[in-house]
Amino acid sequence: MQESVKPDGITPSQTVGPFFKYGLTPTGEYAWNDAFTNSTLTPDVTGERVRIEGRVFDGDGVAVPDCMLEIWQADAQGRFADPQDKRALPNASFRGFARCGTDKDGNYSFETIKPGAVPDPDGKPQAPHILLAVFGRGMLRHLYTRIYFSDEAGNAADPVLALVPADRRATLTAVRDAGKPVYRLDLRLQGDNETVFFDV
Amino acid sequence: MTFIYPTDSNKAHPLPLSPDYKSSIKRAPNKPLIPMRHTLSELTGPVYGHETVREGDNDLTTQHTGEPIGERIIVHGHVRDEDGRGVPNSLVEIWQANSCGRYVHVRDQHPAPLDPNFTGAGRTVSDASGYYRFVTIKPGAYPWGNHHNAWRPAHIHLSVFGHSFVTRLVTQMYFPADPLFPFDPIFNSVPDEKARARMVSSFDLENTQPEWALCYRFDVVLRGKNATPMENH
Repeated sequence: MQESVKPDGITPSQTVGPFFKYGLTPTGEYAWNDAFTNSTLTPDVTGERVRIEGRVFDGDGVAVPDCMLEIWQADAQGRFADPQDKRALPNASFRGFARCGTDKDGNYSFETIKPGAVPDPDGKPQAPHILLAVFGRGMLRHLYTRIYFSDEAGNAADPVLALVPADRRATLTAVRDAGKPVYRLDLRLQGDNETVFFDV
Repeated sequence: MTFIYPTDSNKAHPLPLSPDYKSSIKRAPNKPLIPMRHTLSELTGPVYGHETVREGDNDLTTQHTGEPIGERIIVHGHVRDEDGRGVPNSLVEIWQANSCGRYVHVRDQHPAPLDPNFTGAGRTVSDASGYYRFVTIKPGAYPWGNHHNAWRPAHIHLSVFGHSFVTRLVTQMYFPADPLFPFDPIFNSVPDEKARARMVSSFDLENTQPEWALCYRFDVVLRGKNATPMENH
């Protein structure tokens, strides 16, 4: 085996391309098993079960049928299923990660739970949020955004939302259906009401 | 160990808008990305998906009743961080065209034959040293509609996780000295020549198996530096 050598930089990103489905999101359409589904739900999960759904559009307002979305989130108590979060519960089966390909009309959906508040680097609470990575043909590197929830009072004091111009915050806020545990958030990759993407 | 992820390292990546790659024109954000500090949400990431990796999922030549047509190859290397340390236990997923340059995907209309013995999907998990290994078929080049006489250089798509959600990487591994490099807008979307070179595998004679398969080495370098490097102690 080669010994460790200091690399001269990271491996650059390249687009996921148009043909990832049979490898990354086969979901019954191809003869390959899914590593991940669009659900984070596990039998032991606590918290409010919610569905997050929406559509993805390009700069012409045309639905994007070949995107892959991935989410990463804390549990209902705001803990991440990663030993780097010292508050993580080692035996919990909840993982907080899911993956979904858009359909021919650009639709996506996730079945998950509403996460709890997560501290920011100063220890102040962030409003409940989910990290979202967007991959697709034409996207040379995936984009990072966040999903917030329309019915959370904590949004007003969230330190990351505070970085976003007030008139663009709605692009990060999933809106709750009246009477149903369903939140809706459309993503616009470009143009009017372009989704806020973060440089992380 | 605590990792930090300087955003400067992202300069190796392509810019979102790369007009020679036509599909980027309507899919790249117009507005600048908003910088933010990494919080626990960005600094953690999934260690997950490994349970779906089955025995033999890293051998794309044995997934069907017969052997696929084409040049059998070994692709191996390490998943590393920016300090060169191996990244253990990282899920690596790959997908690719067959030896004729045809994908199984229903929307691939390239008039080259499908191979009933080749799907082109594989996955594995890096070991304690970050090492991973696949056996597959060398993919063919294929035409695409980006511009007149556009051909993609042969490549294998890779998806890798690493230590946090911000180390997530989807990339393409190319083969050495491909004559299509100068003409490919996706390869050339990476502005820095040295960074482009990091997407090209190297021929590995030492690990080529006599009478059986050529070997290519490809190290994947993810973001992540030791937050408290030794020289500061």
